[in-house]
Amino acid sequence: MIRFLLKGLVRDRHRSLFPILVVSIGVMLTVFAHSWFSGMINDIIDSNAKFDTGHIKIMSRSYAENKDQTPNDLALTGINDLLQQLRDDIPEMAWTPRIKFGGLIDIPDEAGETRSQSPAMGVALDFYGPGGEVERLNIQNALVTGRLPRNPGEILISDELAQRLETKVGDTATLIGSTMYGAMAVHNFTISGTLKFGMKAMDRGAMLVDIHDIRLALDMDDAAGEIVGYMHPIYKDNTIQSIKAEFNSLHTENDDEFAPVMLSLRDQNGLNDYLVYAESISGMLIFVFVGIMSLVLWNTGLIGGIRRYGEIGVRLAIGENKGGVYRSMVLESAAIGFAGSLIGSILGLALAYWIQVKGINLGDMMGNSSLLISNIVRTRITEQTYYIGFIPGLLSTVLGSMLAGIGIYKRQTAQLFKELEV
Amino acid sequence: MDNNHLITTENLTKRFPMGQTELTALNNINLTIRKGEFIGLVGPSGSGKTTLLNILGTLDSPTEGSAVVLGNNTAELSHKNSAKLRNLQIGFIFQTFNLLPVYTVYENVEFPLLLQKLGKSQRHDMVVDALKWVGLADRAKSKPAQLSGGQCQRVAIARAIVKKPALVLADEPTANLDAKNSHHILKTMETLNKELGTTFIFATHDEKVIGYLKRQITLDDGQIANDQVLKG
Repeated sequence: MIRFLLKGLVRDRHRSLFPILVVSIGVMLTVFAHSWFSGMINDIIDSNAKFDTGHIKIMSRSYAENKDQTPNDLALTGINDLLQQLRDDIPEMAWTPRIKFGGLIDIPDEAGETRSQSPAMGVALDFYGPGGEVERLNIQNALVTGRLPRNPGEILISDELAQRLETKVGDTATLIGSTMYGAMAVHNFTISGTLKFGMKAMDRGAMLVDIHDIRLALDMDDAAGEIVGYMHPIYKDNTIQSIKAEFNSLHTENDDEFAPVMLSLRDQNGLNDYLVYAESISGMLIFVFVGIMSLVLWNTGLIGGIRRYGEIGVRLAIGENKGGVYRSMVLESAAIGFAGSLIGSILGLALAYWIQVKGINLGDMMGNSSLLISNIVRTRITEQTYYIGFIPGLLSTVLGSMLAGIGIYKRQTAQLFKELEV
Repeated sequence: MDNNHLITTENLTKRFPMGQTELTALNNINLTIRKGEFIGLVGPSGSGKTTLLNILGTLDSPTEGSAVVLGNNTAELSHKNSAKLRNLQIGFIFQTFNLLPVYTVYENVEFPLLLQKLGKSQRHDMVVDALKWVGLADRAKSKPAQLSGGQCQRVAIARAIVKKPALVLADEPTANLDAKNSHHILKTMETLNKELGTTFIFATHDEKVIGYLKRQITLDDGQIANDQVLKG
């Protein structure tokens, strides 16, 4: 009997192929939408992480307490050893040092006298180290004029600041600030390029310097204000929290104000609240999407059941009992729901995985944008992505069929027989 | 009960609710049908032919009175038992054939036997026999869409008689057929009635059918207006 029913199922495209196609497409879209929304949240996390918080950040305990003032006199020392240790112990993350600093930018004339001057803030990066900072911050594409620093003593400044100071690529810019030890620091740089950061605070007056140069200028040998860590390819909060807990547990007994402390992305800049909000919005969107897809698939199950009323009537007349007809309808819909959900999940996951790994380059679409954000849009597959489409796909198909089949039980056989137009 | 009696009804009444009132479809039907009869239920639309056929086929039960079919009181039968009775003892033929379009002629005829859980070789023999009776052995692999209306109805007959039921109920079996095909179908059923001893009950108002009947029961407004034996 099962073979007989299966034969009918395979031969009747309206009962098999088309419902499976509908279920597959619905499930695939659900899976893909979930990975897309997850990717969007991940992108928000990344944008914050790239410029400021890292996925995780290590500072000295005192620096962390006063980090809004970027107190470089409280910076971490022994950075090279600490970095090496981090890279050895937690190789799955990219670790890179950064120094934030402030000071006065002075542009001298041909005689060496001040031509223009402005306060500025700066971030020192390891431009050519293993941390991959240039790619991470998309600096190449944010260049307005000039090029990336190639030689020692070259810096990038914001285009707005360059215009205000009436300076250009190739000019000398003198940084006047204070060293790590509180002494006055005066250091000459050459402007190799100008940038548009896309963030007002930075565009007003910011510069990017290679960390080796700023260490020289601010007397911060083997020191850095912060070490930031990044997960590849995507941010996983659970992993970050366990890394943080493990790292901090090694230093809880240490009373030294220069002892390192690790903060996760959620611990900084109010991102925890933001992430909870973003996840709630994403959850709601996914809920609505899954709800709509469930209705569509339910309807498919219903239509599938209703269009077979004639066949059901004949089967009842021939002597199949109501329970047998109902069970076979549910079994068929379960088979269709399972096949469709499996195919849809595989296709959705494959597409999501492909975009997660390869990404979609929207750089051309952002031709006039110079925001320091990634041109590559990526999806993100989480544990939830594996079942977010499968379960509603299977359940709604079966429930639709069950609902359509309830009529078989509710009505008198003769009444049903009449309705079935036999 | 006489062993020769296949169906007995006593004061059989069927009412259907119609809003606030009730419609009496059958009113005090008293009937005895013996094995091997070839009977027509004749009457105008709304006279109660199909309702009576449904009750005799255990698809419905009486509001009052009783209908004993093949020794079973239809009012007392559970859904499961009435399905079992239909599966083993009663064959149905419909006006619109109602063949399952995705299955072949062979598979359509085989379906009632699958419900009986018979073995494959036994099913095969029975299906081949049934198709031979209706003259369609050579079309076993065809789909219903490849057959004419007359051939479809012959497949429906084969499906009804393949299990060798004691009773075949046919609701307007020739209504969708031309005269030639109607006579062919009726002759087939007449032969089966003679050779297998199967009892046939038709609901019809087709004059062509009436010519073949051995007994004609005329219904009018839910009551038996006339019950006469036409052929010995």
